[in-house]
Amino acid sequence: MTQGNSHIPTTDNRQRTTRYLKLSGLEPLVVTPETNFINVGERTNVAGSKKFLRLIKEEKFEEALDVARHQVEGGAQIIDINMDDGLIDGKKAMVKFLNLVIAEPDIARVPIMIDSSKWDIIEAGLQVVQGKCVVNSISLKEGKEEFVHHAKLIRRYGAAVIVMAFDEVGQADNYDRRIEISKRSYDILVNEVGFAPEDIIFDLNIFPVATGMDEHKRNALDFIQATKWVRENLPHCSVSGGVSNVSFSFRGNNPVREAMHSAFLYHAIQAGMNMGIVNPALLEIYDDIPKDLLEHVEDVILNRRDDATERLLDFAESVVGTAKESKVDLSWREEPLQNRITRALVKGIDQYIVEDIEEARQAADKPIEVIEGNLMTGMNVVGDLFGSGKMFLPQVVKSARVMKKAVAHLLPYIEEEKLKNPQEGDTKGNGKILMATVKGDVHDIGKNIVSVVLACNNYEIVDLGVMVPPEKIINAAIEHNVDVIGLSGLITPSLDEMVFLAKEMQRQNFKVPLLIGGATTSKAHTAVKIDPQYNSAVVYVNDASRAVTVVGDLLKNESSEAYKSGIKLDYDEFRDKFLKRTKKKEYKTIEKARENKFKIDWDTAAIVKPNKLGIQVIEDLELEKLIDFIDWSPFFRSWDLHGKYPDILTDDVIGEQARELFADAQEMLNGIVGEKQLRAKAIFGLFSANTINDDDIEVTYSPLSAEVPTGQKGVFRTLRQQLKRREGIADFALADFIAPKESGKQDYIGCFCVSTGFGTAELAAEYEKNLDDYSSIMVKALADRLAEAFAEYLHKEVRMKHWGYSADEGLSNAELINESYKGIRPAPGYPACPDHLEKLTIWDILQVEENIGVQLTESLAMWPAASVSGYYFGNPEARYFGLGKIKEDQVTDFANRKGIALEKAAKWLAPNIADD
Amino acid sequence: MVNIKDILQKRILVLDGAMGTMLQRYKFQEEDFRGERFAAWKHPLQGNNDLLSLTQPEAIAEVHRKYFAAGADIVETNTFSGTTIAMADYHMEDLVYELNYESAKIAKKVANEFTAKEPNKPRFVAGSIGPTNKTASMSPDVNDPGFRAVSFDELRIAYKQQVEALLDGGADILLVETIFDTLNAKAALFAIEEVKEERNIDVPIMVSGTITDASGRTLSGQTAEAFLISISHIPILSVGFNCALGANQLVPHLEVLSSRTEHAISAHPNAGLPNAFGEYDESPEQMAAQIKEYVEKGLVNIVGGCCGTTPEHIRAIAELVKKYDPRELTVVG
Repeated sequence: MTQGNSHIPTTDNRQRTTRYLKLSGLEPLVVTPETNFINVGERTNVAGSKKFLRLIKEEKFEEALDVARHQVEGGAQIIDINMDDGLIDGKKAMVKFLNLVIAEPDIARVPIMIDSSKWDIIEAGLQVVQGKCVVNSISLKEGKEEFVHHAKLIRRYGAAVIVMAFDEVGQADNYDRRIEISKRSYDILVNEVGFAPEDIIFDLNIFPVATGMDEHKRNALDFIQATKWVRENLPHCSVSGGVSNVSFSFRGNNPVREAMHSAFLYHAIQAGMNMGIVNPALLEIYDDIPKDLLEHVEDVILNRRDDATERLLDFAESVVGTAKESKVDLSWREEPLQNRITRALVKGIDQYIVEDIEEARQAADKPIEVIEGNLMTGMNVVGDLFGSGKMFLPQVVKSARVMKKAVAHLLPYIEEEKLKNPQEGDTKGNGKILMATVKGDVHDIGKNIVSVVLACNNYEIVDLGVMVPPEKIINAAIEHNVDVIGLSGLITPSLDEMVFLAKEMQRQNFKVPLLIGGATTSKAHTAVKIDPQYNSAVVYVNDASRAVTVVGDLLKNESSEAYKSGIKLDYDEFRDKFLKRTKKKEYKTIEKARENKFKIDWDTAAIVKPNKLGIQVIEDLELEKLIDFIDWSPFFRSWDLHGKYPDILTDDVIGEQARELFADAQEMLNGIVGEKQLRAKAIFGLFSANTINDDDIEVTYSPLSAEVPTGQKGVFRTLRQQLKRREGIADFALADFIAPKESGKQDYIGCFCVSTGFGTAELAAEYEKNLDDYSSIMVKALADRLAEAFAEYLHKEVRMKHWGYSADEGLSNAELINESYKGIRPAPGYPACPDHLEKLTIWDILQVEENIGVQLTESLAMWPAASVSGYYFGNPEARYFGLGKIKEDQVTDFANRKGIALEKAAKWLAPNIADD
Repeated sequence: MVNIKDILQKRILVLDGAMGTMLQRYKFQEEDFRGERFAAWKHPLQGNNDLLSLTQPEAIAEVHRKYFAAGADIVETNTFSGTTIAMADYHMEDLVYELNYESAKIAKKVANEFTAKEPNKPRFVAGSIGPTNKTASMSPDVNDPGFRAVSFDELRIAYKQQVEALLDGGADILLVETIFDTLNAKAALFAIEEVKEERNIDVPIMVSGTITDASGRTLSGQTAEAFLISISHIPILSVGFNCALGANQLVPHLEVLSSRTEHAISAHPNAGLPNAFGEYDESPEQMAAQIKEYVEKGLVNIVGGCCGTTPEHIRAIAELVKKYDPRELTVVG
């Protein structure tokens, strides 16, 4: 909060409002003296990032957006966007990228810095951003007239501006010139243009020091002193700069560079620099710089000795040597007991925890005090760090492992204590939470992570596991008298299960809040379908860190009711808005959509007959073959670390954590592969097929068990897009990729199921027995990745050998992951064919369960969970698409075609049926 | 002419209520919208309320008269859709200047009648500048988030034409209102600044955004404070919110504005939220009771009504605010 100015009445709660630099994206950014230093992200700058330049050149805007998102997630408070490159149409790229950024609320929440040396690019940028931006930059370089003209327009567009210390004569490179140009620029802007002084940010040119040239000696010092002068003499304005320039001479020696950046910033911020571009990975904490290094660095930055540069150069050589050696630092073992316990929890070190806990127990009156005192103190630190984004999920799960070991050591003593003093009773902790993956669903990685994180926060977890029928959830909730029920699910039928359970809880007059989570759930589904069924609170929780705050708010005595009614209201209004919005969408009739199907010219289409028709089984593939096919990005995502592999390993913010997790994963994977702990099995078939009646694919097959070919007919029923879109876009169904019978051409299709899940449950149970949730979650996450890798591997084998339509394909694994090959392998339950019922047809034709043992649950989830099934389409024009919403007419038609009751079809297709 | 800024220091000003709600009472049919002049127009015109300024000018004047009589200090011109962009629906782009000019003239004439009768309560005309029916920072096509149906320049040019006509017709104030996309509003403000510079005049500007739901954000996703920051670059008379929500849901958002700006604060909420039939059924007394919270907390300087409000609502509001001091204003430096 800021102090009111003296001439403003203080009778109300008004702040002194003007004179702070205020920017906005979707949310405000107000730069006050308390905000200290504003960090500008610059990875979205083609001049500064080779990767970003490549993405823009190749028009990979989706990935370019990831770069921006990453910066915001990593803490950038403003993002600088620059498209100045000779090979790019800068204006077009700026507008296109900004339009896409604006459509991403998680990026667009921060203000944007529009960075270009070309005025037309800046102006085009200003015309597409609703928030208050910063223009980077203008200067007096081309004279006063142009400077004034641009400044006036910037003001009218409503942006702040960076003014470079540059004029007609050249760039300011000493103290006097910096002051001269800033003063002149400031006076023109404030007095002649009427520019708000708080909207002016000076870039006073940060130049390298320790270059060996005498005239560069004062570069840093002049900047710092000029900054001080500007902040003292030019009221309300800000000072910014690109910090990494200062250490340019020490490229390759990161310890020295990091120290230089920190020391420079330390002094520049004290002088008044309040904004800048800093790579957080190249920054040491000022107080952590070794004293001797700091002295040498500051001698250079502050130009304190004539021989400062030579001395730092000499010293730098020794720094390179030592910095690379990393040895385990055990000095923390000398610290007081609480520090050791807290550190073990924060760092996830379980080596010494039992010995430390034993020491604590002996010092305590009662063993329970160790949990309530020592351990909770440590876990509160973990909770705070996680809550503020300074710790990441895998670390927290490791902390939980340490916690569990500590508690396990204490439990016998606590039991003993209870026998001695039975009147004491149990301590309840913060509350009791029931967690379950709903009936028919087998996926539990997310649920387990949320359980662990909640347990870390002193909640007691009643985990009912997977495939839990509703009556069991309800009975357990009553039996354990739980405070919250958490439901998880990954496949779409689970959504209905959750709705059913909410209804049932209402019928039985439950009041316990319901948490909804898992990959297929959403705020929209929760608000529209679940919330209306249940009078008490229903909350959609999308990640583990939010789960803690939500449960905290739900159970806190003083605020609980207000929070619950707030949530109810929020969902009411979200629902209204959602229903209103969805009404606007228009759909075609299924007949119209069929008329507009995707048309392949079957007269000229090259159809390749598979080398081997029929069904084949792979009993036990060597896991080693799959390692190169693993797509690691989703693995990191399952641990709430977002980013693309391998870039994620070198990420500024989460790189260290990602590397550690990756090392742990590699170690476990080596064990799994080396000791054959999991079994990889597959079945697949390639068949003659033709599309019939527009949307059905008729296949001819003979079961593996048949001794002579039987030539049975099976039919895959596909669904067609109905949402009205722009002219010229076809309404796709998978059937469009197979030649219709009336074309007279014989076409082919395949289907498959792979699994690497055999053995996972046993391994996970073993880890859980050893109180090691971290490894238990890890083994499941790895099995999932191996299954996906197997699907990718088998698809390649099919394309090159068994079907052989692309025998000469020489794609790298990266290209495979990017799916740059011909043909597709869509999976029932996913966007192109969201109907899970089709799995039954695949199971019938391939006799999957009989042959390789993968089962389907009542919700048609595959068990073991680490399994993938789908179709193969070989036509080069086959592509992935999302079905989107469909209308009742298609549901009826689909039910008729399939010969099932309309209610059954409607139930299974529910997530895809457009609401009227 | 009395300076409206001076009056704002002394009392809470009352803005009028809904034009559309009042016009519905006339039950105008297609031929009434057409009048003689547009009898042969090739496209349907029913629903083009702005056109009534040309074909039913007496009805428009009467609505203004009722609001002034109910105690309004400011009425809005009947020009909410008066841009080439919004008029394209009726193929009436070429009539935009005339629509705005005549609308302003009608309102100004009525205002002058009342000012003459009550010189101590001068009446003002605010030229209503709506958001148009297109958004500059959102894509209408879910499959193409980078697409935009209208550009900044298209908006700027359209708004400029509307502003010039409103000023020529006699508008005292320009009211950029029902802002659901701040970029549209910035184009309007840009156009106003251009006109001000070209004519070397100053004109008071009111800016009024719309918070569309309980998340407290505009349709284009900005929080109340981010919205305020995004439109604070040019001198304005007031900033506030209108439409979408009822009076009591606006309170937290007005509190945000009130604590963070030195400009006057305006609010013209709907008569509650629409019922299942899309009608607004909050009574004048109910609405005034909620607006009491604004004035008791000292949140507003200008208050009126939007969808569903009538002269009876405005009368109740005017009676109420008489008894309260306006939110304290500090002179903008």
